[in-house]
Amino acid sequence: MSVQLRTPSLTLLVTLGAWLLAIIWVSPLLYAVWTAFHPPAYAARFELFAPLTLDNFARVWNAAPFARYFLNTFMLVTLILVCQFVVCTMAAYAFVCFPFRGSNVLFMIVLLQLMIMPEVLLVENYRTLSKLGLLDTITGMALPYLASAFGIFLFRQTFKSVPKELEEAARLEGAGPIQVLLRVFVPIAKPTYVAYGLVTVSYHWNNFLWPLVVSNSVQTRPITVGLQVFATVEQGIDWSLVTAATMLSVAPLLIAFLIFQRQFVQSFVRAGIR
Amino acid sequence: MQHFRMTGFRAAVASLALAGLTAVAEAKTQVTFYYPVQVGGPLVQVIDGYVAKFKAANPEIDVVPVYSGNYNDTTTKALTAAKSGKPPTTAVLLATDIFTLIDEDVVQPLDDFAGTPEDKAWIAGFMPAYLKSAQVDGKLWAVPFQRSTAVLYWNKKAFAEAGLDPNKPPTTWDEMVAYGKAVLKKDASGKVTRWGVGIPGNVGSAQWLFGALAAQNGARLMNDAGTETYLTDPKVVEALKFWVDLGKVHGVHPPGIQEWGTTPADFLEGRIAMIWTTTGNLTNIAKNATFDFGLAPYPGKVAPASVLGGGNFYIFSGAPKEEKEAAFKLIKFLTSDEIQADWAIQTGYVAPRDGAWNQPNLKEYVAKLPAAEVARKQIAASVPEFSTHENARTTKALNDGLAAALTGAKTPEKAMADAQAEIERILKPYKK
Amino acid sequence: MTASRNALYGALLLLPAAVLLWVFTYQPILATLGNSLYSTPRGRRASVFVGLDHYQTMIADPVFWKALTNNAIYALTTIPLSMALALAMALFVNAKLRGQGLVRMAYFTPTVLPMVAVANIWMFFYAPDYGLVDQVLGLFGGGGNNLLGSKETALGALIVITIWKEAGFFMIFYLAALQQISPTLIEAAELEGASRRQIFRRVTLPLLMPTTLFISINAVIGAVRLVDHVIAMTKGGPDNATVLLLFYVYQVGFAFWDTGYAAALTAVLLVMLALIALFQFGYADKRVHYR
Repeated sequence: MSVQLRTPSLTLLVTLGAWLLAIIWVSPLLYAVWTAFHPPAYAARFELFAPLTLDNFARVWNAAPFARYFLNTFMLVTLILVCQFVVCTMAAYAFVCFPFRGSNVLFMIVLLQLMIMPEVLLVENYRTLSKLGLLDTITGMALPYLASAFGIFLFRQTFKSVPKELEEAARLEGAGPIQVLLRVFVPIAKPTYVAYGLVTVSYHWNNFLWPLVVSNSVQTRPITVGLQVFATVEQGIDWSLVTAATMLSVAPLLIAFLIFQRQFVQSFVRAGIR
Repeated sequence: MQHFRMTGFRAAVASLALAGLTAVAEAKTQVTFYYPVQVGGPLVQVIDGYVAKFKAANPEIDVVPVYSGNYNDTTTKALTAAKSGKPPTTAVLLATDIFTLIDEDVVQPLDDFAGTPEDKAWIAGFMPAYLKSAQVDGKLWAVPFQRSTAVLYWNKKAFAEAGLDPNKPPTTWDEMVAYGKAVLKKDASGKVTRWGVGIPGNVGSAQWLFGALAAQNGARLMNDAGTETYLTDPKVVEALKFWVDLGKVHGVHPPGIQEWGTTPADFLEGRIAMIWTTTGNLTNIAKNATFDFGLAPYPGKVAPASVLGGGNFYIFSGAPKEEKEAAFKLIKFLTSDEIQADWAIQTGYVAPRDGAWNQPNLKEYVAKLPAAEVARKQIAASVPEFSTHENARTTKALNDGLAAALTGAKTPEKAMADAQAEIERILKPYKK
Repeated sequence: MTASRNALYGALLLLPAAVLLWVFTYQPILATLGNSLYSTPRGRRASVFVGLDHYQTMIADPVFWKALTNNAIYALTTIPLSMALALAMALFVNAKLRGQGLVRMAYFTPTVLPMVAVANIWMFFYAPDYGLVDQVLGLFGGGGNNLLGSKETALGALIVITIWKEAGFFMIFYLAALQQISPTLIEAAELEGASRRQIFRRVTLPLLMPTTLFISINAVIGAVRLVDHVIAMTKGGPDNATVLLLFYVYQVGFAFWDTGYAAALTAVLLVMLALIALFQFGYADKRVHYR
């Protein structure tokens, strides 16, 4: 549904409102970008023709191992994404195609995790990881998130919409349960995978509290925790450096999302997340 | 040699090194040394250099420095490792962590290692003020390594503009208020554009600087045993009242809580003419100031006084005996006069030994940058920072009380009475 | 396919999820409830059974009550405001405007950023006098504010950041829902002579109800889960003005290392979440008009 506004005055009003809100929304970011690209002397003084510089970025890059932090985040996000796809697909397939007595009750129990996220249980989960000897590891950081109720719920919804005939046709051709899953269900659920993948990537790229608790070395620390460690300095805050570090750490995800933002919305529409 | 858990990268490096050196490495005593700095930070090279020197002089000892982030990360990491039975041999941690480390039963007094008269002389060489913050129950639990202290920075240009002597910082509370009023600047609408003085009061720095304020009024915040606090002492309350009145009555301090992190920027922007912060800020401010500034000891009411800060060396009790003895050697080396003098020049930390200040290189440095010596002169009149058993909890209680008074939610009397009651509840199990 | 084969396949497929959920969700829930009845081990002192001691401490603990109140205020402001803004944004973007793509991008961008990063740049904006926010307030004669350093405004400052960051995220869901409303429905209503306002209230809004429920669940979770900005900006200060429950759990658990008390606090959080879940799935669900 796209609304075609007919009265010109209303159109103008709506356009103005939309633009005003947009300017308010984006101006803090623009200002941060401005600060990041100017010498510290101009951090708090806006001058249109202040000299541009990349010096802040160079200093940030040299002051902390951001490359390593990016690598850690990348490994963490990839690990979680791949495992979630596998684990949640299997579980959703079981709920849709192999119902047994009590599987509905089980599904309701799974949904409990929608409300009770691993962050809330951080004290106990920390204890568990410590027993497993997985503190300060990327695996440990990922583990509590690998089975996601949201993923199971979403894939189950999608799988339920797959026509029975397709499933039976494949089976008549002699496909086993796993082949049916891979040949019939997964291809149809592609938009759901994309949408869910985007949610997961942005969630875990941005996740902070749990990685903060679990990691305490450069070898495991993701970019969010690295940024925080960088920003809290004994010597007081140098705003140009902090904004440059912030821009640096959000850049990859931000650029990716700006490029794919249309697809992002579309995938939500197609996945039926609403 | 695998007595701490290695992460993949380090393990790979270590095993590479091992491949070549197995025979030699196994004969050596290995000391793991947690040091609170970012990997890749500028201090890493300095520490690496010292460690290489030490290893050259002591070929039987192998030192593995582990650069473990900020103080908080390092403490967490050391505690976690110690609890799982694989502690570092030694670590540089905050002086204020002393009670936590003792209560968790993970550190060993250094007296156990300092047997010879030479060792005793080395210990006696530390400034008493710093040594005091490492002593509990008559034992020495740590030795000072990278120490700092709180000082006052003042904007000479602002002083000159206000008709004050730009080379004369305040030495008493009254002078600080008077100078603060003199440098106060307002715009046409009556909005203050330059404040007199800023004392950071956010969570984490309030309790530190308040220790200095209380000491200036001749009071102490806690006892040496870390089992009692004296927040309801009228002199402590008076010190807090002075801090609150800087803003409320005299109008020379910005309203609300002054933020530690933004304080240097406030000073550099000319927004505040006098700031209270650490000696550790000297390099930053010297580099970015567009005006002439000075570094001064704190003023006083009863007597000028400041508060100490920074990190000490601890030895972990769970490590094997020969490693601990090797660590003791390393610590003695890193806190020798020569190294401490070089360390002070390289980093801006305050060398905690008078002997270090007599080293030619440090003397020369001080001649060039007299501000560097301000901190040293103040140390005799400095008190240890706030530290008790259950330190995180009591610090929070004190911080909450200070914030309540500074934001006007409670009177200083009430704020300190509440904080004292809360701390007494927390420290009850430690009263003997 | 027989029931037993179903059960076998089903069980095998569910196994990884079940193990993971047990170890990292259900077992910790039970362990939290259990550990909240034991004291915290310290050095040589082992953990002992203390019954409801921690809960009694909690009732007497002013910080806990402050955290509870703050969290309630935080949730009751951020959730409705960010959802209302999200709906407005979705309607704006869905109407064919000049520069629609740019507008959508402006709304959406804050969402992509990590909360810690957002907190860092906003700390700069909230700096007294020279910060962006105070400069803008100064234009209207209200400068000189120490927004994060005053008890009255600190929580509000965090609320603003949350709304700024979350509204664009919720907008996406509304936008997806709006685009799925069939144009024929609107046309039919128009043919019947309904005004735009009537169409919005009678057609669009009811059709958005399932989305609203979905977003509100997300928003509640966010209001409990997200304390990154508290850690980065205020550490709960000044004088506990910005303490939120999960932040307090973090502080008690990982700064005070008092795991027993942290478990008791977590237990309270769990009970609250369970109550909210029951309300949402039970009461609110019935009032939503599913198609």
